[in-house]
Amino acid sequence: MVQEPDVVIEFREVSYRLDSGRPLLYDLNLQVRRGETLVLLGRSGSGKTTTLKLINRLLEPTQGQVFVEGRATTDGDPIRLRRRIGYVIQEVGLFPNFTVERNVGLVPRLEGWSAERARARVQELLALVGLEPEQFATRYPRELSGGQRQRVGVARALAADPPLLLMDEPFGALDPLTRAEIQQEFQRLIQRLQKTIVFVTHDLREALMFATRVALLEGGRLVGVYTPEEFRRVSNPIVAAYFRAFETDRTPRGGE
Amino acid sequence: MSILQFFWKNQAQVYALTLEHLWLVGVSMLLAVSIGLPLGILVTRRPAFGKAILGASTIVQTVPSLALFGFLLSSPWLGERAGRLAITALTLYALLPIIQNTYAGITGVDPSVREAARGMGMTDFQLLFQVELPLAMGVILAGVRVATVITIGVATIAAAIGAGGLGEFIFRGLAMVDNRVILAGAIPAALMALLADFLLGRLERRFRYA
Repeated sequence: MVQEPDVVIEFREVSYRLDSGRPLLYDLNLQVRRGETLVLLGRSGSGKTTTLKLINRLLEPTQGQVFVEGRATTDGDPIRLRRRIGYVIQEVGLFPNFTVERNVGLVPRLEGWSAERARARVQELLALVGLEPEQFATRYPRELSGGQRQRVGVARALAADPPLLLMDEPFGALDPLTRAEIQQEFQRLIQRLQKTIVFVTHDLREALMFATRVALLEGGRLVGVYTPEEFRRVSNPIVAAYFRAFETDRTPRGGE
Repeated sequence: MSILQFFWKNQAQVYALTLEHLWLVGVSMLLAVSIGLPLGILVTRRPAFGKAILGASTIVQTVPSLALFGFLLSSPWLGERAGRLAITALTLYALLPIIQNTYAGITGVDPSVREAARGMGMTDFQLLFQVELPLAMGVILAGVRVATVITIGVATIAAAIGAGGLGEFIFRGLAMVDNRVILAGAIPAALMALLADFLLGRLERRFRYA
């Protein structure tokens, strides 16, 4: 193995351009360590979603390579790769023709778990994300509120207990109160679960809330990777602009 | 003699021709669905190739139905038997709405649902059969419904090449300048179309999720 054992994801000189030739990501070098929550922070079009999709091979690098658990993503079966990576997106993407139970139990079923084991796992996960299993298991997505849908989305991503979780602005479409609620619960959840998480957001507060490290992207380039404390101190015009936009105190505070 | 009396007197023939009509429509629709559905799926998977399929089926649709029957008469295997020819023409005619709606139904699936499915590691096969086709089923059935109603109407022309069906009454009535005879063919055909529309419409509503 070429890399340190605690590196789960590594980008080496990764560029991505569209078929039209328009580049979205330039020469990205980035490492994600086991158990950390790396937040990709950036404005729309900065390349953060592209970066995320390169990890589960929804996109393939036009240059360079992405390694997951020491193996290039383009080397091997994308289906196997994705089954070991939980994926949560802003629009949730629940299957409207499936009940909540079938939605959450999807990957376990695809992986051939017994019905009994899958059902027990669904109950456990619904409880974990704060949804009463008896009440919600048989509902359809159309019968849920936005916040409930995203809870189901998180439960679904965790279903087969993947070591890695990719989240693309998962709470971005929620109303502020629901968002704050879910964010707090999610913070407790990630401390409990010890997963490696790559989290995309354009929300500075959210980034500082979850991140062990923040990777700041701008115009398809990585500006830098900082711990939340470093991020508050660093003298960089883009970082400064974020603090102005969010009117957040730049001086480091304890405990966060 | 009123139209009702005419029906009564000729009921055996009305039934026989209605059954024959149903047979023509049923077989043609079965063929059209079993060809059109896979083609529609193919169009979503191979867009470049798909354009050609969509174009060809649109061209078929623009040929006047009577002319289509006429064209096929000269082809060797088909020309031998009228029923075979009629079913081929009707199948070709029914293809376009089925292909188009299959394509529209699948491409109309919420992109975030597709992205989530792929991101979770569904194979293309699983995505198609567990997600895309069930979600597209309402739209696909709407295409089948339209195609069926069209086919029931167009099938009356089959009588012109001797393939039977309710068109027999219509063409005979035209030749005899007798509206009752025309109606003996037209009314059962219209009722059949209405019934098919109603039943398929009910089936379609069972596939609404949003």
